[in-house]
Amino acid sequence: MATITPDTQIDIGHNDDPSSNYLTSSRGFLSWAFTLDHKRIGVMYLVGIFSSFFLGGIMALLLRLHLFMPNGLFPEWLVNNDTYNQLFTLHGAIMTFLFIIPSVPAALGNFVLPLMVGAKDVAFPRMNLASFHLWVLGGIFFLIALVTTRLDTGWTFYTPYSIQTSTNVIAATIGAFILGFSSIFTGLNFIVTVNTMRPPGMTWFKMPLFMWATYATAIIQILATPVLGITLLLLMAERILQIGIFNPALGGDPILFQHFFWFYSHPAVYIMILPAMGIISELMSVYSRKPIFGYTFIAYSSIAIALLGFLVWGHHMFVSGQSPMTAVIFSGLTFSVSIPSAIKVFNWLATMYKGNINLATPMCYALSFIFLFSIGGLTGLFLGALATDIHLHDTYFVVAHFHYVMMGGTVIAFVGGLYHWWPKMFGVMYNEMFGRLFCLVVFIGFNLTFLPQFIMGSRGMPRRYATYVPEYQIFHQLSTIGAIVLGLGMVGAVTVLIVSLFKGRKAPANPWGAATLEWTCTSPPPYYNFEHAPAVGSPYDFSDLKYDPQVGGFVKDPEAANKPKTDSHH
Amino acid sequence: MLSILADASSSMFFPPERSTFAGDVDRLFDFIYYLSAFFFVAIVAVMVYFVLRYHRRKGHVETPSASHNEVLEITWSVIPSILVGFIFFYGFTKYLDMREAPENAYEIQVIAKQWSWQFIYPNGADSDELHIPVGQPVRFVLQSSDVLHSFYVPAFRIKMDCVPQRYTSTWVIANETTGEGIEKDAHEPYDLFCAEYCGKDHSRMLAKVYVHEQSDFDLWLEGAANYLEGIPPEEGGEKAFKKKGCTQCHSVEGDNSAKYAGPALNGQWGTERNVIPRGASSPEAVVMDENYIRESVREPNAKVVVGRKPVMPVFTPQLLKDNEINAIIAYLKSLK
Ligand code: HEM
Ligand SMILES: [Cu+2]
Repeated sequence: MATITPDTQIDIGHNDDPSSNYLTSSRGFLSWAFTLDHKRIGVMYLVGIFSSFFLGGIMALLLRLHLFMPNGLFPEWLVNNDTYNQLFTLHGAIMTFLFIIPSVPAALGNFVLPLMVGAKDVAFPRMNLASFHLWVLGGIFFLIALVTTRLDTGWTFYTPYSIQTSTNVIAATIGAFILGFSSIFTGLNFIVTVNTMRPPGMTWFKMPLFMWATYATAIIQILATPVLGITLLLLMAERILQIGIFNPALGGDPILFQHFFWFYSHPAVYIMILPAMGIISELMSVYSRKPIFGYTFIAYSSIAIALLGFLVWGHHMFVSGQSPMTAVIFSGLTFSVSIPSAIKVFNWLATMYKGNINLATPMCYALSFIFLFSIGGLTGLFLGALATDIHLHDTYFVVAHFHYVMMGGTVIAFVGGLYHWWPKMFGVMYNEMFGRLFCLVVFIGFNLTFLPQFIMGSRGMPRRYATYVPEYQIFHQLSTIGAIVLGLGMVGAVTVLIVSLFKGRKAPANPWGAATLEWTCTSPPPYYNFEHAPAVGSPYDFSDLKYDPQVGGFVKDPEAANKPKTDSHH
Repeated sequence: MLSILADASSSMFFPPERSTFAGDVDRLFDFIYYLSAFFFVAIVAVMVYFVLRYHRRKGHVETPSASHNEVLEITWSVIPSILVGFIFFYGFTKYLDMREAPENAYEIQVIAKQWSWQFIYPNGADSDELHIPVGQPVRFVLQSSDVLHSFYVPAFRIKMDCVPQRYTSTWVIANETTGEGIEKDAHEPYDLFCAEYCGKDHSRMLAKVYVHEQSDFDLWLEGAANYLEGIPPEEGGEKAFKKKGCTQCHSVEGDNSAKYAGPALNGQWGTERNVIPRGASSPEAVVMDENYIRESVREPNAKVVVGRKPVMPVFTPQLLKDNEINAIIAYLKSLK
């Protein structure tokens, strides 16, 4: 097989003006839609997933507003039980498949990873483009499901309901199937890029932790996703051909579907959270100006979490009628994954010790992440323990728990990472004050939305309810008010970034004083990323970076060689 | 909110403990809660302290410090591991108790269907609300007649899925009655929820749980088995019609809108209606008489009314006895 090097790229209308960058090097819709440049693909992903996030977010707000009153806030003809069920299904499916799984790896990872290894592109640029096109195609199928007969199975497609419902299960499963390929392509690309394209001197243990995290994620993406693909194919076959795989009326087994489904979807939770942890490792270190504490542990724990994550799917099925022995084994394994996550939190804290902490917006998000992710993780203990899970399973306690992990964890880290890399991506600085302000609004809104859900869940409020007994009303109302605040905060946070595109001061190459390679090229990077291959140093050694007020950012300090070095990670 | 806090037998986090398991579950919950609260407060305190102490300000620079520390790292791995091991152990031993019903348990069949519950007692009585005796082990044998459902009583802290074509079970000893006598007004029943998403009216698939003294329970049970006795057939038919969930899909006030999945049934006796017989493609007329009603209940899809979907569930003799059908026929006849 001929390998494609970035130099053999077809580039549409590339110009050789040295002052041009990847954004300006060529123009026109086609030059974007068919680009092979990882940076442009990353930016297109960014636009795509934010649109999905917006769509899913509108649905979330409608759901929450409806739950303001026990019998629903909206009149029957606008939102009835059917509409509510469709709303939560599409909210969940869009957030999971279209937004959060591609968010960090495909949008930020695509942009940052090749720059971090000092390369011109990922290993397979054409496959990278295909991954984005597949994402668009998958999204179209979701939209088809949305505008035709919709979907009301829950994003989990549990059988036998998904075989019986008259809504458009086929369109949605084809969509999810295609998105699976998109995810596999991204994962493959990262694995090959990290394995083969690291520059001389960047040994495994000199890689930035974000690379470790995306690498571990890629392993899960290529191992777990095919299982989902096959499961969805079987489901389609079952619906169309009426063969008895999952349908008990035809001698099939609905529990088998759950095993297949969670065999993918539990590891998928780590596809969501591992890259987020990678971002946090970078942020904590850069904004404290300290080498990350316990580098080796963090690196290995990403891999450990990825592998152990395959063994715990049964904890979604403690009350499905599985044998008590099976339940006990899955419970034990579940707790084993909690330890590496806990230790990562301690490591991040220790990184701040004796540092010089810069409370820039990305750091505010990182601190917010630690707060929210700790709640998400600790509440997992209640769900891993069998006796308490029986009571809490399928209640709002679970809804709160996974929103703390997915939204409080991944989304917050994603936004933090976006603020961090924004100057590199678009060459502009955003307004710090507004950046921090909206981070605070998001934080307050988030907790107001989801903390009451823990209480109502442990008091027995089941999830996926369009109406509920009045006893739970006060908690639902708090939660709805919180969701409005949260929504405003998110809109504000995105607005700050968009405004910066027009009004922002020009960004220097290295505004934060970070030591990873992506900060050595100009902001935004030139078409081919680097003028000269960058020299590899320790990713967490900040001692020779000095703030230069004239540049408005950090530059190499010529005197650094004479100064005592801060301890690097070895 | 205030009423919740005022209820002394419940905590902020929990409904009242009304089964013998509940105390154990809540103790484990509390243990994890205090442990997590401790770690959480510690994490946030350290974080806030470091931010205050080391934030960037004029003249402040970072000072070198170790980038790893084996003793520290081993300590903070081992201690959480031990605590988590303890939680796991306590969690699963209590769970095993919750799975093993005693041999002598009183057995109730629970049938979940879209979207109602049916409880069948050993003497053949059945009800759409759950009644059990206090202080006795009661075992629930769960089944579903369509999709997945889940049997959940928060006050008892029990939950178990109902899987079509398969039996699952759970059990409980209720430790307090919900009231005295068999009049409903004298009770404050517990909620019974469906906890597994099961389609349109999932959130309306609720029932109430009544816990009686043994003697009251026996009285109730006998009444339930013979509820058609000693009352006029039309009146008994009305009871059966409501009890078996017919009202969910059929209006008796002439409402033929899509709000009801099935056609309205009042004033129809003896009229002709257009139906599509199974396998046929063109409609045919049938008279609403005794045989048509009986067939519509036992084999609903044999003749489906034009314009309606074949969604009516099959009522087997176990679900609806012959004398109940007779009473329902009398009731429908009487409806204007
Ligand atoms: C503005 C923030 C959000 C709000 C207010 C919100 C609200 C909700 C609500 C009300 C439900 C339905 C719960 C139920 O009926 O059981 C739900 C379900 C769900 N949400 Fe969110 N959500 C938000 C953000 C997110 C994000 C960012 C993600 C993931 C990236 C997400 C993933 C899910 C999933 C997977 C479900 C489950 C759907 C199902 O039950 O089938 N949500 N959310
Ligand atoms: Cu149900």
